[in-house]
Amino acid sequence: MTTPMMTEHAVEGGAGRAPAPPPAGRVRRPRSGQWTAWAFLAPVALYLVAFYAYPLARNADLSLRDYTVRSFVQGGAEFTGLDNYRAVVQDATFGTALLNTLLFTGVSLLFQFVLGLALAVFFFQNFRLSTTLRALFLVPWLLPLIVSSSTWAWMLNSDSGVVNHALSLVGVEPVNWLTSPQWALVSVIIANIWIGIPFNLVVLYSGLQSIPGEVYEAASLDGAGAWQRFRFITFPLLRPVSAITLLLGLVYTLKVFDIIWIMTRGGPGDASTTLATWSYRESFGSLLPQFGPGAAISNLLIVMALLCGLLYIRSAGRSTES
Amino acid sequence: MNTRVAGNDPAGTRSQLLKSVVGVLLTAVMLFPVYWMVNVSLTPAALMRRTPPQLLPLTPTLDGYRSVLDEQLPFLGTSLVLGLGTVLLTLLVSAPAGFALAKLRPRGARALTFTMLVAQMVPGIIMASGFYAIYLSLGVLNTLPGLILADSTIAVPFGVLLFTAFMRGIPDELIQAATIDGAGTLRTFVSVVLPVSRNAVVTVSLFAFLWAWSDFIFASTLDGGGRHQPITLGIYRYIGNNNQEWDAIMATAVVASVPAAVLLVLAQRYVAAGITAGSVKD
Repeated sequence: MTTPMMTEHAVEGGAGRAPAPPPAGRVRRPRSGQWTAWAFLAPVALYLVAFYAYPLARNADLSLRDYTVRSFVQGGAEFTGLDNYRAVVQDATFGTALLNTLLFTGVSLLFQFVLGLALAVFFFQNFRLSTTLRALFLVPWLLPLIVSSSTWAWMLNSDSGVVNHALSLVGVEPVNWLTSPQWALVSVIIANIWIGIPFNLVVLYSGLQSIPGEVYEAASLDGAGAWQRFRFITFPLLRPVSAITLLLGLVYTLKVFDIIWIMTRGGPGDASTTLATWSYRESFGSLLPQFGPGAAISNLLIVMALLCGLLYIRSAGRSTES
Repeated sequence: MNTRVAGNDPAGTRSQLLKSVVGVLLTAVMLFPVYWMVNVSLTPAALMRRTPPQLLPLTPTLDGYRSVLDEQLPFLGTSLVLGLGTVLLTLLVSAPAGFALAKLRPRGARALTFTMLVAQMVPGIIMASGFYAIYLSLGVLNTLPGLILADSTIAVPFGVLLFTAFMRGIPDELIQAATIDGAGTLRTFVSVVLPVSRNAVVTVSLFAFLWAWSDFIFASTLDGGGRHQPITLGIYRYIGNNNQEWDAIMATAVVASVPAAVLLVLAQRYVAAGITAGSVKD
């Protein structure tokens, strides 16, 4: 799932960088000003500690102990260090889940970006209806994931799905999209690409808007064709926005859970299991929950997400400075 | 790229028309799953598994929607309360913080902003298992306030960052004028800053509502056995049934999509603004 996100450069600036606030401002705001400021920040600071830091700490603690259902409720689980992590990495599912996570993320991003960019360039031509149609393209992104996932699940149904029906019209044998090991991952990737296109379209479109029109006019006068204009103007000038779009997409796609769980539950077998669905399955997916390993998997996932995230924050920061 | 160059000549008009046609076709392909959801929701159960499937709802039935009325109304009500509660909590926490970060120059602002950015990247499954452990010991599993709290974590970082960016644009003179009139900082915030930040309030509220309404992972982990469950779990249970009644499932899906549709019609510019907010240099 892709959610909108604010970046540093939209926010930093006034906090003391860019046009530096006049030193008089600091003098005029003595300690009492700081007290007032922090009174306004107190709710969010408490909130972050209680509802972000504490759950994360509890999750870290879960991953370092040997929990059973009993000790989970009553407490007193034995501290086992990195045993859960060791067990997870040595688990037969680990390799599959990691590979699936990388495939799911990589293939989804590639298609979302290419299709989003093509659509953004197309809609940027400002023909009649372009605004309305572009708005309609937002629909897949706005729908609750359970709605889109269950719709795709039924469309891809082996016996009664409309996709297999369409394929049969061109003479293709029915495909067991969700129930065969070789197609399950493809199916959830298709659904995820569909959901992610609007985000890429909207962000890249607003990137196109920031390219000055004169550049194109000059290129037209020089006799550049449509493809040359795209290749030598649009694409290079869109590079910073593209990088941001892809990195954000990366962070969001790594953590996709709903779509896969609702469509295939990671199955059949482990065929479409990613780190996110595997973690959920361990902790919540069965009657005998394995909270320790589940938490360990999710902590591996957060490390991956944060590494990509820091990369994003750095590159977003750099694009402001340049 | 730039059709204005083409001017008013007939070739330009023809290419305009061609582009519109292509645009409509692309949109139709993109929205086919949405059409299919509506189509299936109107298909009689007897024809559901027929080959070939009914491409048009030629014999529409409202049976699916009757099931929604009979079985899903409580779930929809819960989701409504959940969405509104999340909006309220998100606004209460994030609007004052945005004001402070934008205008009061607190020490540590950069660190706090950075924390918000990182917080948005935390995968839901991690938060869910942490919350589950905490709620279990506190005995607030399967309660609506617990779920509202968890759902608000999706929206609060976004809210703080959006309010900060928006309120930074409020002229300092406006705030100074209020101070000269004798208003304290709190008074200034409530009666000057908040009213001019209406657009930011609307945007944050819309997204907070939509995310809470759509949330599945917190609902399924923290409220899976609750008396009041949201519509996402209503649909999930429908799918889990052995006698999958797809007309009812899709009818519920259509109803669950209504907030998204309303949002798009009433507040399209806020939606686009929220998606691009800050992710692109302006």
